[in-house]
Amino acid sequence: MSDLASPRGPAGPRSVPPGGEAIDFVQLLTPDGARKRPAEYPLDVDADTLRGFYRDLVLLRRFDTEATALQRHGELGLWAPLLGQEAAQIGAGRALAPQDFAFPTFREHGLTWCRGVDPAQVLALFRGASLGGWDPAVHNLHLYSIVIGTQVLHAAGYAMGIQRDGHVGTGDPARDTAVLACFGDGATSQGDVNEAFVFASVFNLPVVFFCQNNQFAISEPNQRQSRIPLYRRASGFGFPGVRVDGNDVLAVYAVTRDALDRARRGEGPTFIEAYTYRMGAHTTSDDPSRYRPTGELEHWQQLDPIDRLVEYLLLTQTGDERYFAEIAAEADALGVRVREACRSIPNPLPESMFDHVHVEPHAQVDADRAWFRAYQSSFETAGGAA
Amino acid sequence: MTATETSQGAAPTTTRRLTTAKAMSEGIAQEMAANPEVFYLGEDVGAYGGIFGSTGGLLDQFGPQRVIDTPISETAFIGLAVGAATEGMRPIAELMFVDFMGVCLDQIYNHMAKIHYESGGNVKVPMVLTTAVGGGYSDAAQHSQCLWGLFAHLPGMKVVVPSTPYDAKGLMISAIRDDNPVVYMFHKGVMGLPWMAKNPRATDVVPEEAYEVPIGKARIARPGTDCTVVTISLSVHHATDVADRLAADGVADAEVIDLRSLVPLDRESIWESVARTGRLVVVDEDYLSFGMSGEVVATVTDRDPSVLRAPVQRVAVPDVPIPYARGLEHAVLPNAGRIEAAIRAVVGA
Ligand SMILES: Cc1ncc(C[n+]2csc(CCOP(=O)(O)OP(=O)(O)O)c2C)c(N)n1
Repeated sequence: MSDLASPRGPAGPRSVPPGGEAIDFVQLLTPDGARKRPAEYPLDVDADTLRGFYRDLVLLRRFDTEATALQRHGELGLWAPLLGQEAAQIGAGRALAPQDFAFPTFREHGLTWCRGVDPAQVLALFRGASLGGWDPAVHNLHLYSIVIGTQVLHAAGYAMGIQRDGHVGTGDPARDTAVLACFGDGATSQGDVNEAFVFASVFNLPVVFFCQNNQFAISEPNQRQSRIPLYRRASGFGFPGVRVDGNDVLAVYAVTRDALDRARRGEGPTFIEAYTYRMGAHTTSDDPSRYRPTGELEHWQQLDPIDRLVEYLLLTQTGDERYFAEIAAEADALGVRVREACRSIPNPLPESMFDHVHVEPHAQVDADRAWFRAYQSSFETAGGAA
Repeated sequence: MTATETSQGAAPTTTRRLTTAKAMSEGIAQEMAANPEVFYLGEDVGAYGGIFGSTGGLLDQFGPQRVIDTPISETAFIGLAVGAATEGMRPIAELMFVDFMGVCLDQIYNHMAKIHYESGGNVKVPMVLTTAVGGGYSDAAQHSQCLWGLFAHLPGMKVVVPSTPYDAKGLMISAIRDDNPVVYMFHKGVMGLPWMAKNPRATDVVPEEAYEVPIGKARIARPGTDCTVVTISLSVHHATDVADRLAADGVADAEVIDLRSLVPLDRESIWESVARTGRLVVVDEDYLSFGMSGEVVATVTDRDPSVLRAPVQRVAVPDVPIPYARGLEHAVLPNAGRIEAAIRAVVGA
């Protein structure tokens, strides 16, 4: 049997070496902080924008680290860390126009950050204190999606709605709208995702498929999902695919902005593979030591998304030690705010679980609620027994 | 001797104790060793050993040709298992959470369950679909359901739901050997996982040799005389704990029946017990309406409602998606408090 046909275990050999060196992708900032200027993705960002990226990355990492710690202290039911994927999410999130609409996975805390969702609302969701978390219409951000790949079809459908509303290709920058569909490398195997590609392609939908290839789907390496680089799949569906260094915030920003522009102009979908690495656990219930090859994490730490921006800011004198200290202090303050906000989120009223099952009052749910009330009050009359 | 062993009918040949997860994977391993047609496929079933421990050690023992980590497409690997089964294999496909049946239900109920029928009996689909069910650990509305009532509702597949280590192994072996598709539903709370709230009954004596537990046969988990509690899966443990306590307190001596299989349903055992006690409580971690609890009640009332000396009590999940918030989730699950209230109500205590 040929090597290609033989299944490999998760810790088996890799067809693509970990890290950036053998991978061709769009890069604007090398791991050493050197600026590259690929002709297809011209990008001129002013000092404030650059500093803004840095601030985003640092604050987001702090928020994520705090949330992981809060889960460890029993304050959250679960957390899906994004550690290592900050640049991919901030780059994409900052490329969105206000009217654009995004569909996140459950790991997209960088996107919620960019879309102005209060971190406490994200925590309330993972704490189980709120159903829904935020109103999608307020933030132009759909809810987190947990059943893998399902949101990508929803994104294509939403884009179809935008198209039918006539908000594509008018040339009015405040009106033309695109949809960003986020998913992971594992999700690319799902029928839902591939079917979304088909529909986006044949209906020329204004959607950008943004895949963060963080190298893993829980324990399975991405070679278990594909024999070719993921971005190359796009050509078979009939739209462009591009791979970008997912740890390079400038490159992700430039590539995503370009793809969103195309979509808004009515030129159809683009597939972006942001090549990055999940440095933390899959979720706080996971133990990556069971499948992570030794040395791999250390390798990727050399490619850290924040470090290279620090180098670049220093090199271009856009940031100095005083500025970094300022942001560090802001991150500390965010940490304190997040911890306090999390602990003070009120517990939901038990009866609230009967709300929203149906749009209007519903006899069966009313009966269930009445049973629950009677059951609760039986303890009060029994003096709190049981 | 525990009630488990006595009611098994089989004399234990060992005192070795295993968790339900280990018993399940041992059953799989023995059938894989005995039969090269058996192989296991699903997400994170290889080096990870199944996220709920269902396949621990199998990759080391059988290698990646027979313990296959699949790309994330449930439709694909369940459909593939159906195809392989029609070719004569005996695949075991693991749907990581039963909640995800939504993405692959066509393969399950239109194909796995109907090919035998629609081929006029010419084509068999001897596969097992394993899947983790149940809540109680804050995993929210898309990761906490039981949904066995739904599978049992759809004709063409057997449905087994073990609660003990002994049954987990024996039902697994029976399921693999069965020529029908069998859905094997394991509750995360009975697996004996280190990171979950553990019921002591999740670890018990398991014979080392391969053995079958008959599919379609209920088991009296705890004999009693005052009322019958019909239940399944993790609720068997909760109901037995409550029944032991109420008996010790002199409130009621409840009989607990572990259905073990929903398809076929052992209606005779339900009837025999309820005809004796005259009082019925059904405890079901699935949704209240249109589910197992109603079916169990109908099993009695179809035959003779006059045996019932009190209205039936049903303890099930009310008709709401399962909340993620701890307090809310525990309120909807059939917990000890609700089971006790139901037993007290049915015996008039
Ligand atoms: C339909 C479905 N199947 C399986 C799972 C279990 N699961 C949760 S996350 C995950 C891996 C997803 O990998 P990927 O798409 O690469 O995203 P990542 O978690 O790496 O961000 C799996 C298999 C699920 N949630 N939904």
